Amino acid sequence: MKDLIEIRWHGRGGQGAKTASLLLADAAFNTGKYIQGFPEYGPERMGAPMTAYNRISTNPIRVHSNVYEPDYVVVVDDTLLAAVDVTAGLKEDGAIIINTTKEIEEIKPLLKGYKGSVYTIDARKISIDTLGKYFPNTPMLAAIVKVTEIMKDEDFIKDMEGSFKHKFSKKPEVIEGNMKAIEMALNEVKKVQ
Amino acid sequence: MSIRERLSGNEATAIAMKQINPDVVAAFPITPSTEIPQYFSTYVDNGEVDTEFVAVESEHSAMSACIGAEAAGARAMTATSANGLEYMWEMVQIASSMRLPIVMALVNRAISGPLNIHSDHSDAMAVRDSGWVMLFSETNQEAYDNMLMAHRIAEHKDVNLPLMVCQDGFITSHSIENIELLETEAVRKFVGTYKPEHYLLNRKNPVAMGPMDLQPYLFEHKRQQWEAMKNAKQVILEVSKEFEALTGRKYDLFEEYKMEDAEYVIVCMNSTAGTVKNVIDRLRENGVKAGLIKIRVFRPFPGEEIANALSKAKAVAVLDKTPLLNLTGGPLFEDITSAMFTQKINVPTVNYCYGIGGRDVTESQIESVYEDLQNLKDMTNPYRFLGLKTK
Repeated sequence: MKDLIEIRWHGRGGQGAKTASLLLADAAFNTGKYIQGFPEYGPERMGAPMTAYNRISTNPIRVHSNVYEPDYVVVVDDTLLAAVDVTAGLKEDGAIIINTTKEIEEIKPLLKGYKGSVYTIDARKISIDTLGKYFPNTPMLAAIVKVTEIMKDEDFIKDMEGSFKHKFSKKPEVIEGNMKAIEMALNEVKKVQ
Repeated sequence: MSIRERLSGNEATAIAMKQINPDVVAAFPITPSTEIPQYFSTYVDNGEVDTEFVAVESEHSAMSACIGAEAAGARAMTATSANGLEYMWEMVQIASSMRLPIVMALVNRAISGPLNIHSDHSDAMAVRDSGWVMLFSETNQEAYDNMLMAHRIAEHKDVNLPLMVCQDGFITSHSIENIELLETEAVRKFVGTYKPEHYLLNRKNPVAMGPMDLQPYLFEHKRQQWEAMKNAKQVILEVSKEFEALTGRKYDLFEEYKMEDAEYVIVCMNSTAGTVKNVIDRLRENGVKAGLIKIRVFRPFPGEEIANALSKAKAVAVLDKTPLLNLTGGPLFEDITSAMFTQKINVPTVNYCYGIGGRDVTESQIESVYEDLQNLKDMTNPYRFLGLKTK
């Protein structure tokens, strides 16, 4: 991992991109890193495009601004590809990870000539299969951990088990599904460019 | 000893309050400070604190309840932002004139209108001469640390003034970052118990509080408030030293970053300071002698000390996160240039209005300020705007 990696999340209000960014910060924190996790709050409406950010560093993080040149971009909802400039400032040696069922040929025209790596994952299917409902944030969280290699799969799985036990202490029935979603996502995220 | 954690600024503040365990918390929710009383009420519900939590119907009542509690002899706290603070305004002045060391967490947000929930300092600046000690915080860590020092300063017998700890709404209040916490035992030992000299529930020494105060004495009482504010400076330094001995974290009236030989200096407050430090390090790699003064103690204003710290600079930019609607510069600029004038320090100084209503403050904006300072020839207009959209 580089000394500092910066991540931008694109989602729609209600899809849990903010929570995912905070869980990613948590996971990286547990590996001893310095972290930032913050959403860009706008008009908070269900379904409206929203952005969240992470910084993960081996050194203390002092900057307090949004991320403009991310190493990684996570797109939680592929309808955003046409609505938002998701590759803006994205570093070519980085990657974009998209929740979609579409083939690369279909997505490519929406990435404005981005030459770096592109990963896709069908977070909808994973979520429906494991949770019975559409919560794309858990699979997308696993996908970004896999792609950035900020920690080993098994460490991440162990860490998330702890986080979910805490987060879902009042509804433990969803923990198993979320853990399955993570394991599936770690296996299913694939590089398409 | 210390606990490595990751918390938002609001969580850090709520945890500081839990560790302090005040007698009374009275608050009304307003974004972005809402989470502070929200988390705190959970601690009350869980029995983690003995605090009497008063869920009032407005901020005016929140401050009134704090005044009542503190006058009775209790330690009272609250939290608010922007319009909530404005709604308190009348009682904010009463609190300080009654010399009640109430402690408030102010999560800075733009004052309406138009309606905006994001950060700038227009709320804090609207109460800057209300007789409250005002501490500003760059990070969640500083918001936490300032809160732990707050009661020691406010309740000191030479001070007896209310105190607010400011931090930037959303930018630090809602961002999860690393932080070092103290053990609760250590906090309680450091903060101590509140032993007011005069209070209403003291049967042995009955007093009247808040009576009418006309021509014979109001002037003298205002002078006493002035003295208390003056004393606060020394007390802040003493408490900060003690805090440093406990935690290793050094606090002063203001922080000087790379100021030993700095030629071009930015003065600012709160979260922007971290971004400025990043830019300074980069500029120094290219030989630009850039520096920063970050105000921690805004009231009492350490004018003389700041003016002297700026005396060797070639050019200074004062960043005000407040709209410049008076055409004479932002509050920080006015205070600094006034101090420079009285100290007979003549360094070209310009004012930037920036970050209004949560406009993101970027490293490139800060770089442009240092660039301006290196080419400062035209001083006909010292009032400038940073990060403003132009067509």
